[in-house]
Amino acid sequence: MMRGALRVGLSVVVLLGLTGCAGDFRYNWQWSILTCTSENIDAGCIGPYFYWILQGLWWTIAVASAAWVIAFSLGSVIGILRTLDKPILVVVPFVKSPIYFRTRWIGTSKGIITVDVGWFLHGFANIYVTVFRNVPLLVQLFLWYFVFPELVPHDAGMWLKRDLPFPEVSTAIFCLGLYTASRVAEQVRAGINSISRGQQYAAMAIGLTPVQVYRYVLLPVSFRIIIPPLTSDFLGVFKNSSLALTIGVLELTAMTRQIEEYSYAGFEAFTAATVLYIGVTAIVMGAMRIVEARVRIPGMISLQAK
Amino acid sequence: MLTLIEIDCRYNGHAAVRGLGMHVTPGNLVCLLGPSGCGKTTVLRAIAGFHALSEGEILLKGRQVSRPGFTLPPEQRHLGMVFQDYALFPHLNVAENVGFGLRAIPQTEKRAVIAELLDTVGLGGLDRRYPHELSGGQQQRVALARALAPKPDLILMDEPFSNLDVEFRERLSGEVRDILKQQGITAVLVTHDQNEAFALGDKVGVMHEGRLLQWDTPYNLYHEPACRFVADFIGQGVFLNGTLVAPDTVQTEIGMCKGNRAYPWGKDAPIEVLFRPDDIVPDPDSPLRGKVTQKAFKGAEFLYTLQLPTGGHVLSLFPSHADHPVGATVGIRVEADHLVAFPRA
Repeated sequence: MMRGALRVGLSVVVLLGLTGCAGDFRYNWQWSILTCTSENIDAGCIGPYFYWILQGLWWTIAVASAAWVIAFSLGSVIGILRTLDKPILVVVPFVKSPIYFRTRWIGTSKGIITVDVGWFLHGFANIYVTVFRNVPLLVQLFLWYFVFPELVPHDAGMWLKRDLPFPEVSTAIFCLGLYTASRVAEQVRAGINSISRGQQYAAMAIGLTPVQVYRYVLLPVSFRIIIPPLTSDFLGVFKNSSLALTIGVLELTAMTRQIEEYSYAGFEAFTAATVLYIGVTAIVMGAMRIVEARVRIPGMISLQAK
Repeated sequence: MLTLIEIDCRYNGHAAVRGLGMHVTPGNLVCLLGPSGCGKTTVLRAIAGFHALSEGEILLKGRQVSRPGFTLPPEQRHLGMVFQDYALFPHLNVAENVGFGLRAIPQTEKRAVIAELLDTVGLGGLDRRYPHELSGGQQQRVALARALAPKPDLILMDEPFSNLDVEFRERLSGEVRDILKQQGITAVLVTHDQNEAFALGDKVGVMHEGRLLQWDTPYNLYHEPACRFVADFIGQGVFLNGTLVAPDTVQTEIGMCKGNRAYPWGKDAPIEVLFRPDDIVPDPDSPLRGKVTQKAFKGAEFLYTLQLPTGGHVLSLFPSHADHPVGATVGIRVEADHLVAFPRA
């Protein structure tokens, strides 16, 4: 598998090289620009640029990983909330109602007011997914970075603008995490819904509470089923992290552009970035494959025998 | 053990179950039998607590568990359930599946219970297998062991044998009956297969369009159907038109038949009389003759469709060696202990 990714990576390099040689495309490849040091300053190099690329790579990995932690945990919760189909009634303490009324989410009986918390949670999860999945990621990024601090109370806004540590990086992680969470939520929901109703019934009849049904039956099975689509979202986080350059995060793509601006050696820099992106995602893919093989449900997900 | 009092269940607005009542005594095995869509699975779900009632109540061991506006959660009802598609947990092996409902007891004890149950259902030694490595019948045995493990008061079975091969179905249903009887477990089984219902049920309820039409022993359902639908649905047979000539005697095209009861309708009332294949027996000397129009070899017997001289058709069971060709004329005689009649619509 890893060999496969390596093969793809190499062919990309070869392809770029070939296009460089073919037809009217004449370009004088200067790979040494990536490794030269500040001693060649007269040649217009303040590198070593490769060090810049590594720095960018570090931020890409940091932003993407942190965003994935948010996306995975929040997305799982939202996805589970979206599958709630029963009312979760909570009695409002200390408040008595003299009148009898009943709506979809709140009702009274014997003067005790009960609220269907499940209805609110389910509704919140639905709205969340609708909003975060349907607004372009770039727009979300700008909204969080430029608009959000103006919307919150003045002091909080000031804190966001002035005291938030690593403001660009934090915002990028936060935004990317929330966006990807909406995608993860959909995978989780689909995974849970794909499990036959009988499994739930069987578990409940045996004596499991609804929470235990999720804990011991629905989640263990659904999370294993959705590993392949989750892998796509995990890869998506790495690729989408490149948008963070628009609010000033010096991640891999931003660094590459910077090298181009300094050295005019854009092709070399972008080739290096491409290879690194593929390398990182190949590692993620490989890791997820291993996870998938380790936890796979016997007889359910057919992995090709290698 | 289990009492249903006039329960109504609504499903997306329409009434799936209407005014159904039944009572199951401890240790009894009962079946709900009916064509698909008759509401029998809804009844089972209502008993399990997956479905709310809109009318009536359900009592389990004398305790009210369901009424309109209140449904005791399934996990607090102490039931076992077995499903048509087995519903084994695919991520757990056989032992883990069986032990799934045994959360509160210590490991060693748990292992002993699992081993004992697997022996009971005839799967000893397969405890490390995963569900997909088992045949359908084996999976259903695991499902039964899993349902039995927490020692439930009541076991509910939803078409448990419908996904199995016919011959295997009979064998397993017999074994399941033995196991349940041995352990003295009360069970409600839902099925559309009357052979299964007859083989398993001490009592069988026939359902149609949400109503319980008859709640009786298999013998009575076959020989004393309470209404036209039950008579049609259970077993084979034909209806012949006739008229009542005396309170206990009917005149049909097959001749004058004396019933074992007095019918409530007046003289000359138009009626339909049910003739089961076993009510018409071969009699070479009989003046009544029928022409063979169809025959089906059942191994131990032949099922003939015979055309009467007057044009009507009847079914008749002949011994296996009485092999008559289609078109032949054979002598028959009515020998019905139970003569069931309904007023003609």
